[in-house]
Amino acid sequence: MPIQSLNGALRALLLVAIFFAGVWSQSSGVIEDFLWYLPDVQYLAIQHLWLTAISGSLAILVAIPLGIVLSRPSMARWAESLMQVLNVGTTIPTLAVLALSMSFLGIGAVPAVFGLFVATLLPITRNTYAGLKGVDPALMEAAAGIGMSSTQRLMRVELPNALYVIFAGMRTALTINVGTVPLAFLIGAGGLGELIFTGIDLYDPVMMLSGAIPTALLAIVVDALIATVAFLVVPRGVNPSRA
Amino acid sequence: MIQLDNLTKVFDTPEGAVVAADHISLEVPSGEICILLGPSGCGKTTTLKMINRIVTPTSGKVFISGEDTTDMNTQDLRRNIGYVIQQIGLFPNMTIEENITIVPKLLGWDKAKYKARAREMMAMISMEPDAFLKRFPSELSGGQQQRIGVARALAADPPVMLMDEPFGAIDPINRAVIQDEFLKMQQELNKTIMFVSHDIDEAIKMGDRVAIFREGKLVQHSSPDDLLAAPKNAFVESFLGEDRALKRLNLVKVQEVVSDEIATVSPGDTLETALARIEDYGYQNAILMVNDRRQPVGLITRAKARTTKGYCRDHFESVPGTVTLDDDLRKVASLMFSQDATWLPCVDDQGRVCGQITQRAMTHHLGSRFRAREAAPRKPDSAVKE
Repeated sequence: MPIQSLNGALRALLLVAIFFAGVWSQSSGVIEDFLWYLPDVQYLAIQHLWLTAISGSLAILVAIPLGIVLSRPSMARWAESLMQVLNVGTTIPTLAVLALSMSFLGIGAVPAVFGLFVATLLPITRNTYAGLKGVDPALMEAAAGIGMSSTQRLMRVELPNALYVIFAGMRTALTINVGTVPLAFLIGAGGLGELIFTGIDLYDPVMMLSGAIPTALLAIVVDALIATVAFLVVPRGVNPSRA
Repeated sequence: MIQLDNLTKVFDTPEGAVVAADHISLEVPSGEICILLGPSGCGKTTTLKMINRIVTPTSGKVFISGEDTTDMNTQDLRRNIGYVIQQIGLFPNMTIEENITIVPKLLGWDKAKYKARAREMMAMISMEPDAFLKRFPSELSGGQQQRIGVARALAADPPVMLMDEPFGAIDPINRAVIQDEFLKMQQELNKTIMFVSHDIDEAIKMGDRVAIFREGKLVQHSSPDDLLAAPKNAFVESFLGEDRALKRLNLVKVQEVVSDEIATVSPGDTLETALARIEDYGYQNAILMVNDRRQPVGLITRAKARTTKGYCRDHFESVPGTVTLDDDLRKVASLMFSQDATWLPCVDDQGRVCGQITQRAMTHHLGSRFRAREAAPRKPDSAVKE
């Protein structure tokens, strides 16, 4: 295969590099070191995903209705100040939130889910609120002028048109959630953080990476999953990725 | 029929109360288009939006088909009023079909009925149903979108329509086309329409009646022709513009001005006959030559007839243009200016000559209304320049 451009050359080089990296890792036994952790990774990844799933779905279940309520015209007087409170809440480091929830709820999965829930809640609420507020006022006037009730306007006009922004919020929030779960290990909730932190403490890079790499992969998978759901669920007319 | 009875809206603003609409009383008879016209901030849109309660009236009543709407349920009221807005407001998340059928669905029509209705509406706005029904608004041009906007408003066949500068955001060429299409539809549908516009030409073209607003008050409510011929005060006059006599050209059809007296020659006549006829009728420069079906085929000029001998068929020039009975005077004037002609032959549906229209007759027709008004006591500064 003739190499025709710089880009092609770089790609070929990369392939060669990957090949030699493979050769080296096979010969030095690193792969076997990693494989040794496989049962741990499997067990902890499931725990990890459970923490994300529970805290994430709780957050979605609370954040979307909260965003909807805040976006109602009757709430206009309070909405902006409440959003400011939530914004300030976002700036508190997740580790601090976890520490706080541990001091109230003890150690284990419950305080971890609570802490993750709080951290995930904010971006989704914010995007739901912003998405609904961002619906073109002309659409709202047309919907009202046609004779839709406020519930019909919400369900048929506002939510479908805000859905893409809401999904963007869920993507951000859940990806961050997956990346934050390792901290939950610190308050005794398990997850891939167990390998990462123990690996750091024992100065064992292989152990640490056996936790870190699956965490990164999980984050990518969750992101892709939500993107796919958004692609399928958001109506074609308002879905930039299907335009 | 739409009746407004002392409809008033007062907005409370930080700078105090602002009267956006001040005791507006107005009646739009069934099947007519009433244009609310005025500069921005004059209260025309507020008045319109009080009818379907997008704006809640401070006081006053709205009657639709003689029925007081004050105690009606807002949603029921709105579902029975077609509403078209300038921003079009098609729902981008729905297909064209879903957009059009939304009101029938709200009214609980069954599926087969509203699906059929969608196709019917598409045919009415001359868009191909199979090509468009499954598409989304973002895939359509502005003009197409507003056609769909009109179709959506008409889908449930409401007796009354409110249109808030519906064609304002469309480019001039498309706007004229859509206006014509809409007028054609209206001839069949006979809706009672209240239509907000800030464009005097649109008002004259579309309106059976025009209501002029200024600072929340209804200044004048009359037919476009009356409005142009007899503006009530200096404000209306200045709003209509200095060329309002020209604007009336749009409103007058050839048949109102045409004179059926026209002398012609046939190709077999001699130029001598032609000259004699030109002299007899006192024509300035030419006489029309028609064939045996009385279709205009040429023009014998006076100069040619005087200096040459022979038959008309060998010495004619081309006809500058013809007009039909349904053309408006604007088109006639334009044709006259471009052809440097002082008269034009007028033909019927079969293309046969049925009369002529002269510049003199046009100016006389337009001027007679103005002169009639000048006989009444008027301030000299408002005299019409012609």
